[in-house]
Amino acid sequence: MAEPITQKCKGARDLLPEDLEVFRYIESVFRRSCLSWGYSEVRTPTLEYLSLFTAAGTLTPSMLGHVYSFLDWDGWSGERVVLRPDGTIPIARLYAENSSRWESARLFYVTNVFVFEETGMESRERWQCGAEFINGGHPWGDVEVLSLAVEVLNNLGLSGVKILLSHAGVLGALIKELKLDKGEEARILDRVLDGDWEVLTTIASGEPAIRDLIPLILGTTGSHSAFMKNLKSLPYVPKSVSSAVDEFIKVTELLDALGIEYQVDVTSVRGFEYYTGVCFQFLYQGKKVGSGGRYDNLLPLIGGKRAPACGFALYVDPLMRVVSANNQPRTEQRVVIRCEDDTPEAIKTAFTLAGILRSRGLLVELSFAGLKPAAAHRWLVRVHRKLNGFSIIDREREQVRRVRSVNSVVDVVGGGL
Amino acid sequence: MRINIALPKGRLLPATACFLKEAGVEFANYTEGTRIYRLQTERYPFLSAKIFQEKDIPVQVAVGNYDLGICGLDWVEELLSKYPASALLKVLDLKYGRGSMYVTSSRFGGANSLEELLNQQHCLRIVSEYPNLAEAMALRFRLRKFRIFPVWGAAEVYPPENADLALLWAESEAEVVARGLFPLRNLFHTSAFLIANKNSWEMKDLSPVVGLLAGAACKEFKTSQEGRPGLTKCVSTISPRTQAGQVWLAIPDGHQQAPTSEFLQRTGIVLEGYSSDRLDRRPHCSLEWLCVKVIRPQDMPLQVANGNFDLAITGTDWFLDHVYRFPSSPIIKLLDLGFGRVKVVAVTSKNLPVNNITDLRHLSGSDRSFVVRVASEYVNIADKYLRDNHFSRYRLIPTWGASEAFLPEDADLLIENTQTGRTLAEHDLKIIDTLFESTACLIANKDSLQDQSKRERISGLIEVFQRAIAGG
Repeated sequence: MAEPITQKCKGARDLLPEDLEVFRYIESVFRRSCLSWGYSEVRTPTLEYLSLFTAAGTLTPSMLGHVYSFLDWDGWSGERVVLRPDGTIPIARLYAENSSRWESARLFYVTNVFVFEETGMESRERWQCGAEFINGGHPWGDVEVLSLAVEVLNNLGLSGVKILLSHAGVLGALIKELKLDKGEEARILDRVLDGDWEVLTTIASGEPAIRDLIPLILGTTGSHSAFMKNLKSLPYVPKSVSSAVDEFIKVTELLDALGIEYQVDVTSVRGFEYYTGVCFQFLYQGKKVGSGGRYDNLLPLIGGKRAPACGFALYVDPLMRVVSANNQPRTEQRVVIRCEDDTPEAIKTAFTLAGILRSRGLLVELSFAGLKPAAAHRWLVRVHRKLNGFSIIDREREQVRRVRSVNSVVDVVGGGL
Repeated sequence: MRINIALPKGRLLPATACFLKEAGVEFANYTEGTRIYRLQTERYPFLSAKIFQEKDIPVQVAVGNYDLGICGLDWVEELLSKYPASALLKVLDLKYGRGSMYVTSSRFGGANSLEELLNQQHCLRIVSEYPNLAEAMALRFRLRKFRIFPVWGAAEVYPPENADLALLWAESEAEVVARGLFPLRNLFHTSAFLIANKNSWEMKDLSPVVGLLAGAACKEFKTSQEGRPGLTKCVSTISPRTQAGQVWLAIPDGHQQAPTSEFLQRTGIVLEGYSSDRLDRRPHCSLEWLCVKVIRPQDMPLQVANGNFDLAITGTDWFLDHVYRFPSSPIIKLLDLGFGRVKVVAVTSKNLPVNNITDLRHLSGSDRSFVVRVASEYVNIADKYLRDNHFSRYRLIPTWGASEAFLPEDADLLIENTQTGRTLAEHDLKIIDTLFESTACLIANKDSLQDQSKRERISGLIEVFQRAIAGG
């Protein structure tokens, strides 16, 4: 079989017009909500230094093993750069570098992130809509970003989104109570964040009571703040775990008050070491469409001043598969102007007419030499030979009109909106 | 059905030859110093072998050019740590050529433990022939800031002045210590491994060969010929000197050692431990302020760019390979030293119907399934050459020596240096283009030339060198 003329890279994806229409719709819904909540849009570079992501407590080794890192053209010093593997850390860097501008910052972004995926079946370039609330304290900040994400998902027409809640502090405190040596503790945390929760149940060290507590915390889920209160009431819950649980309870109480439904699942924290507090995931029809959480230690880790912060990212690629085209506002009614003459005068008339109609907000496509229009359209305006008037065909109402002047076309087509 | 196996040159060759003999799969010309790369065995006519640098073998097997290969686990892991999805299977531990990958620092400075290093805030410089393993190690140990300097060899000579850590292979901790280093961590044990291409393993009956090799491996085969021969154990125990105003000069080992030694003699600079038959990696210099280390010429431009050395005697070929990759690199070529003259040429098999590079481009353009495979030690020179000649589809295969063995089975074009062209002709190859002529040259770091404390001394050296060139 002959090879195709050109091939896109393995794991890369083209967005075709209909894809981008959905993409832009998701983006516009997200932007509208963020702007109305007082968030400002920012954009960070695609290239960042690798060292931004290698600081302990940012990305897990497994995630670092899947970044696109390389030497730039001036990389003789050995300093590696990466294609941005994560949305939040660059925003934290941006904040740290511009901290004199802001006391607190509500920032949002639409960005691509690059993660190597071995089979090449999934896209290695992924799009995210994210929002970060820096210096947004606990628990209001958590509830604000979570509510904002929920609003965006609702506005996208997705009903029945499931929210899974966890708390990275509970997890961290539990692992600390196992009294492992530092290297082993880091190894266990990495494995857990990569999804291997079973490893916690195999550890023999630590107090027996802690080992009893682990299956109770990991194996059960609740959908009300009472669930966490019940856990806290157990006599053998150590103080370090208990203070993290307190934080967790505050957030769940506020969510209860706001009527936001959720499910507590401590094992739902994944992938990012930088989370310190409440973490959440959004599932729609069983697929993860977003996640977020609190990351109070991230800014000092990358050289900034300490600031509480939280945020979320919605994953555009899975959202594009489930956001229905019906939810989208009607696109503009397209006009095709077909020029049946190739004299300069006729072409000039077609361009002039198109310019006037576009200035009225219409979407106008020109068609010369019998070129077929690219997309479905309502209006077809034929510029007759020798400028002998225009035919206007309204395909929606199945009507045809003949007029003599440009102004008449504008009146008919413009008035037909 | 044919079975192809890739066999190692260098360190593992003697032991592998013994092992194959034990297994009853003896190849007559598989001996040290052989110039024949393609091997057959009379007993098993379906089996053919080719000799490669050990480092090339995992790549050659993974891409499917060979069904089987024998090489150290260190090189297998070097490939898999960066490309875990490679079509490569570790089939059998052959249990010879044993050693370990060690994270080391200098015996004369730096950290005493890895933990101590992890707490340091400054950027750690890691030097290694295994850059992928070095990166994986740095990530695993959560090093905050690190830079990896890949080298072609002699990693042990860099710490402590020119690197904080060296990741290297050694037979034992004792060998690490004998090389002037301190073992901080044994990363993993290695030995010779039989590896297989995954597709061959799944689709092709390799059992006649694997069965023989497995039988021999089970005999707890031991060889007395293990170990690295030669010069590397001859290390100086001089502790490092680092004072302001000292000038660091890198000089080459390998083919360039003898002519460089002869040239330096003409300059009147006396180097103890650096002559045509002696190699001390830290030769003692008659000039008190001139610190000299012997490293691979391939590694010099990157080392000079990073200020680890102020000056180096390398080849124009390696200078260009570096600046093609890093156009803003702060290195400059100061002097052409006139010796070590070679031509860098484009080479194809005699049987390929092309006479020049334009013919090859037309040939690749006329058949879209023909992706030109370009083997070279000079990946950046080769890349630029192919780009400048408007090749649309080509693949670069980095090699580590003995590149002529790649044509015609495993590559279509070779970018290689040659003095007389004789070796190329012996391998049924032809030169289709000359890229440039290369000679030994003195390169410098631009910042060093501006450094008040070094400027005069470097100018003095340049003058001495210029006189030696004129007198030569």
